[in-house]
Amino acid sequence: MSDPILELRKLNKSFGPVHVLHDVDFSVYPGEVTALVGDNGAGKSTLVKCIAGINSIDSGEILWEGKPVTLADPRAAAALGIEFVYQDLALADNLDITQNMFLGREISRFGFMNDGKMEAKAREALASLSVRTVSSVRQLVSSLSGGQRQTVAIAKAVLWNSRVVFLDEPTAALGVAQTRQVLDLVRRLADQGLGVVLISHNMNDVMEVADRVAALYLGRIAAEVFTKESSTTQIVELITAGRSGDVGLAPATVNESI
Amino acid sequence: MTETPDSGAPGTTPAATTTTVERSSGSFALDIDRRDLSDAVRGYVNRLRSGDPGALPSVLGLIILGLIFSQVSSRFLSRNNIGNLPGQGAYIAIIALGLVFVLLLGEIDLSAGTTGGMCAGFAAQAIFSNGLHKGISGGLFWILIGSMIAAAVLAVWLKAYTGAAMIVIGLLIVATGLDKHVVFALVFAVSIGSAVGVFTGYMVAKIGIPSFIVTLALFLAWQGVLLFALNSQPIGVNNYSFWYGLAHNNMSVAWSWVYTIVVVGGYALYTIVKSLRAQRAGLAADTMQLVLVRAGVIAIVGLGVTFLANQNRNPNPNFKIQGLPWAATIPVTLMIICTIGLSKTTWGRHLFATGGNAEAARRAGIDVDHIRVTAFVLCSSFGALGGVFLASNTGGAQLDLGAGNILLFGVAAAVIGGVSLFGGRGKPRDAIIGALVIVIIPNGIGLKPSLGAQWQNIATGAVLLVAAAVDALSRRRARGR
Ligand SMILES: Nc1ncnc2c1ncn2[C@@H]1O[C@H](COP(=O)(O)OP(=O)(O)OP(=O)(O)O)[C@@H](O)[C@H]1O
Ligand SMILES: [Mg+2]
Repeated sequence: MSDPILELRKLNKSFGPVHVLHDVDFSVYPGEVTALVGDNGAGKSTLVKCIAGINSIDSGEILWEGKPVTLADPRAAAALGIEFVYQDLALADNLDITQNMFLGREISRFGFMNDGKMEAKAREALASLSVRTVSSVRQLVSSLSGGQRQTVAIAKAVLWNSRVVFLDEPTAALGVAQTRQVLDLVRRLADQGLGVVLISHNMNDVMEVADRVAALYLGRIAAEVFTKESSTTQIVELITAGRSGDVGLAPATVNESI
Repeated sequence: MTETPDSGAPGTTPAATTTTVERSSGSFALDIDRRDLSDAVRGYVNRLRSGDPGALPSVLGLIILGLIFSQVSSRFLSRNNIGNLPGQGAYIAIIALGLVFVLLLGEIDLSAGTTGGMCAGFAAQAIFSNGLHKGISGGLFWILIGSMIAAAVLAVWLKAYTGAAMIVIGLLIVATGLDKHVVFALVFAVSIGSAVGVFTGYMVAKIGIPSFIVTLALFLAWQGVLLFALNSQPIGVNNYSFWYGLAHNNMSVAWSWVYTIVVVGGYALYTIVKSLRAQRAGLAADTMQLVLVRAGVIAIVGLGVTFLANQNRNPNPNFKIQGLPWAATIPVTLMIICTIGLSKTTWGRHLFATGGNAEAARRAGIDVDHIRVTAFVLCSSFGALGGVFLASNTGGAQLDLGAGNILLFGVAAAVIGGVSLFGGRGKPRDAIIGALVIVIIPNGIGLKPSLGAQWQNIATGAVLLVAAAVDALSRRRARGR
């Protein structure tokens, strides 16, 4: 088993008086899909935004290939090769598909953009994901369906030579066929050696596609288990109660969290 | 998933070749490699149908108003009257151009008009008194200079380097005593505008005060500062020929031709080169036919207008009035520059993204605060230039220069042209078309003495309401589909 490419140690984050993340340890391994699960409000999205540099962290360490890094703004994470697909899709409605996919990283010379080149690349990225429902990469994002938006957001993330991809509930709004495609894509990303983090409430998806599962319980990591050695029942217990049998948080901690 | 081409696998950004992309089964069916005239027409009709009317409503409105006023008075369509329109409306066009930047962000600048009045007031005082420091009290002079230095430092910190440079130029003009010369004094006015914009942008972007409040406060405050700048005495500018000429003089016949040929030729050359390059690189491109037809239409319009403008339009036979008015060519040139900046540069793209979804822009790594500050700097700088044109049109720096309806006319022009007040949608050309609509109304009504001046504001208000209704309806149509 390889070393983690991205590792969080004792991460803490509060919003004012609300302590959202408690001493979170979390690792992402190259070539593996790590599912991050937890109930609504457990802190999954907050964890992702801390890594993205959208939320600042109060204490704790972030290690990239074993070396400490500070991820203070979105560019820092992008520079390392970490990409994000957010739950609250971060797309600008008034821009078209290409413009959104290249937002912040336009192909340009002396500040002047090369729109033709960006369009061609956007089309290729979408084609590589077997996207069949988009009729033009010049279409405004405001005219897309929920699933199409999700696809654009994922295509945006894989357009770059990324090493780690975070997908926050990427299938929540998708139909059956598109969910299938996204899950296939998630697997394919990992098979290519990327570290993939999948946040999902769907246990079937998690069991099918993930190699490991990290369960967040009220802002604490309850346990990290291998999917092969675990079961849906155990994971659901970890999500809802923080422990399952002798795996998980100590009873005292569970009670204290409540 | 067997049909997935391996070359395009995620994570390995593949070489750019559109040809590898499969276009069957509906994917990218609308992305045509070679767009010809009929594709362009079809695309335009599609946009109209999907609730994106572009410039169509404002141009139609302009034509309708033109038809109405040509019935009201036969003088309306006379070359002399049309030739006066730019001088009467340039200040609205320029203020509206600046407002486009902040409106695209979903912000507002209520102070652009009084900023312009104040800046023009300082310039008038500088010329009138042979140097600004001789015209105003020492206290005010050093407060102004100190504030400008502070603004320059702030601008550098906010990475608004062009704004900082503009402010430094103004400071150098004062330091070298050049501010007594008209041209330099006017540059100095714009430079004060840039400094104002830095402060406004800082308070909106960094402190987080709503732009409505910040600029409302400044709208009031600058009117007071204008009185100090003028020592409560209006200063006429008709004797300063360059300043007077901005709203009243024309380019020579020869230079008018040169101007039009450079603009039209530049456009044609750019689109031809762009199409050839894209075709050679195997990217989607407009066909030469489409490019030439478009350039041809623009050339015919441009050359036609120039030809008409170059005829003598003075009813008085004693001297000739001919050539393109400076009050037309300067706003049009600014519009072209703004259009290039907004549509071709990464800065412009980031401005649109910030206006559409600031959070998405932030997550994409865009420095949203920087974008906001630059928009306010541009708006105030354009406001200052607008104030200069206003003073030129009205003959001087009056005590209420830039106050009253001035700013609201600018906002109305932008909205009538098609800029959305909710941010994210609008073009510089909208400001120009809208300003034409705004200026044509008092002009047309003024030609018929029996129609009282009271109708001017009523008509302008009605037109604004119609424009806003068209915008709302087309947006509803866009959502409903
Ligand atoms: N910007 C914020 N300010 C204050 N509180 C916040 C903020 N963002 C998140 N929180 C709080 O942090 C907690 C965790 O939220 P988070 O969005 O991370 O949950 P989640 O695990 O992603 O839930 P879901 O499954 O519903 O997406 C919640 O109690 C939420 O109210
Ligand atoms: Mg969430």
